[in-house]
Amino acid sequence: MNAPREPGVQTPILDLATDFPILARPVHGRRLAYLDNGATTQKPAAVIEAEARFYRESNANIHRGVHWLSQHATELYDGARATVQRFLNAARADEIVFTRGTTEAINLVAQSWGRPRLAAGDEILLSTMEHHSNIVPWQLVCEQTGAVLKVIAVHDNGELDMAAFEGLLGERTRLLAITHVSNALGTVNPVAEMTRRAHAVGAVVLVDGAQAVAHQAVDVQAIGCDFYAFSGHKLYGPTGIGALYGRAELLRHMPPWQGGGDMIRTVAFDNTTFAPPPQRFEAGTPNIAGAIALAAAIDYVQGVGLGRIHAHEQALLDYGTRALQDIPGVRLVGTAQDKAGILSFLVDGIHPHDLGTILDAEGVAIRAGHHCAMPLMTRFGIPGTARASLGLYNGLADLDALVAAIHKAQALFGTRGGTAPGKGRAA
Amino acid sequence: MSDLQDSLRELYQEVIFDHNRNPRNYRPLPAASHHADGHNPLCGDQLTVYLQVEDGVVREASFVGHGCAISTASASLMTEAVKGKPVAEVEALFRDVHALLTEGREAADPARDFGKLEVLSGVKEFPARVKCATLAWHTLHNALVGEHETAHTE
Repeated sequence: MNAPREPGVQTPILDLATDFPILARPVHGRRLAYLDNGATTQKPAAVIEAEARFYRESNANIHRGVHWLSQHATELYDGARATVQRFLNAARADEIVFTRGTTEAINLVAQSWGRPRLAAGDEILLSTMEHHSNIVPWQLVCEQTGAVLKVIAVHDNGELDMAAFEGLLGERTRLLAITHVSNALGTVNPVAEMTRRAHAVGAVVLVDGAQAVAHQAVDVQAIGCDFYAFSGHKLYGPTGIGALYGRAELLRHMPPWQGGGDMIRTVAFDNTTFAPPPQRFEAGTPNIAGAIALAAAIDYVQGVGLGRIHAHEQALLDYGTRALQDIPGVRLVGTAQDKAGILSFLVDGIHPHDLGTILDAEGVAIRAGHHCAMPLMTRFGIPGTARASLGLYNGLADLDALVAAIHKAQALFGTRGGTAPGKGRAA
Repeated sequence: MSDLQDSLRELYQEVIFDHNRNPRNYRPLPAASHHADGHNPLCGDQLTVYLQVEDGVVREASFVGHGCAISTASASLMTEAVKGKPVAEVEALFRDVHALLTEGREAADPARDFGKLEVLSGVKEFPARVKCATLAWHTLHNALVGEHETAHTE
């Protein structure tokens, strides 16, 4: 993620909080420092307005009405697909399938690509740092087909063990399912290089882009992957909408995974034929307003510029990393060379959940827990971490509030600068 | 100072910190007649509660595991509270503590003297943390009724 800064940008710190109405709302009488962007991002007024405007001015069902409003809604929906296509630099718009989010996109690939093709002994390669949504769909398809999971180990600093990856690649490897950016550690994985290596053994590659798309420009053709999944709500868009990119030649040969309206060509009781992609994978009335608002979110981030967003978040990450390392008793979990704006950490003597409660009372919203990455927490021998995750509207003040709140927690717990006082656990 | 900051101080009192730093009865009990595991997958809190019941009376109670300050202190206070009590009284205490933590003082037996356990009632103001305080108690209940499924609060 070393995107160049746009020319002419003097300071990388952006000042865009006023575009996000919710950030003006105090929490517990304090200014809100929203540092839970890895869970979901707040929405700019432009996105909220796009969704409301659709219902006020354009609402109708798509692909079926001859009336004007239906055609208008269809044009907006198809336009949203084209916006996602350009956003990911996909070759064709029909390579974009709208889904409820990353989770549904991965399940679609597991059930429609994986289930008919995988056989006993086939290997699915993934990593210790995957989110549960890039583990469990593969476990389900393994149960259905007899395929087996192979897991790439993670180094102590949160980087993938690339030697282990090379060692696991083989003639039984059918699929590599890898996260672009770790939600719990911030590690940015070398997905283009990994895709080349996986393709060399004939495997198909799915990249989980949930934590990547809001923080750096993504080009699926440059990565070379076969599938790329992301969620709208982590990209300043609404919940309940996301997209799957799939290479046309793969999508073309995949059967439907849900049946219903809009995904068929003709239906008869003795023979039903299916629509081509992407409609084949979009059974039922889709989240039309969500897709249109997602396109508005993409327009918003592209208007700011992903290069500028990346530079901004890297500057905040550097500032936050130094600030946390300066607090005695604080340990960062995940210190990869190439990191996105995620600060996962532990405070000596204070459980992440206690910390989360105390920080919340100070108006600082973070996530505490296993971050839906339990195997990764097991790998590090910890029940969970506290996680501050950055977005384009965060500023130095948010990180200063985080640091001040950690100091308060340490004062409350009497653990300033080290382990808790007392004799430890009584026997 | 907002109401929430007041509530925070009501919850995180010295007795909680004391029992978190130095949990009482923190050991396995080889002679246990009853035990059960508890798990809160949301927080990762995990504990095992051990009981030695003789003639219908809880003679010994202990626990091991890991969790946040609230869950550790709750387990520690619980082992102190149940030791020496008849099983029927322990079950009644479980019901009253559960009512205290989830619904408030008025939902529990008016005659009940919670003693030190009263401090746990502060979690009511923190809905996300109620499960932390109740985990040990659900696990205690499972141990007594011989329920071998892991107790879950999530």
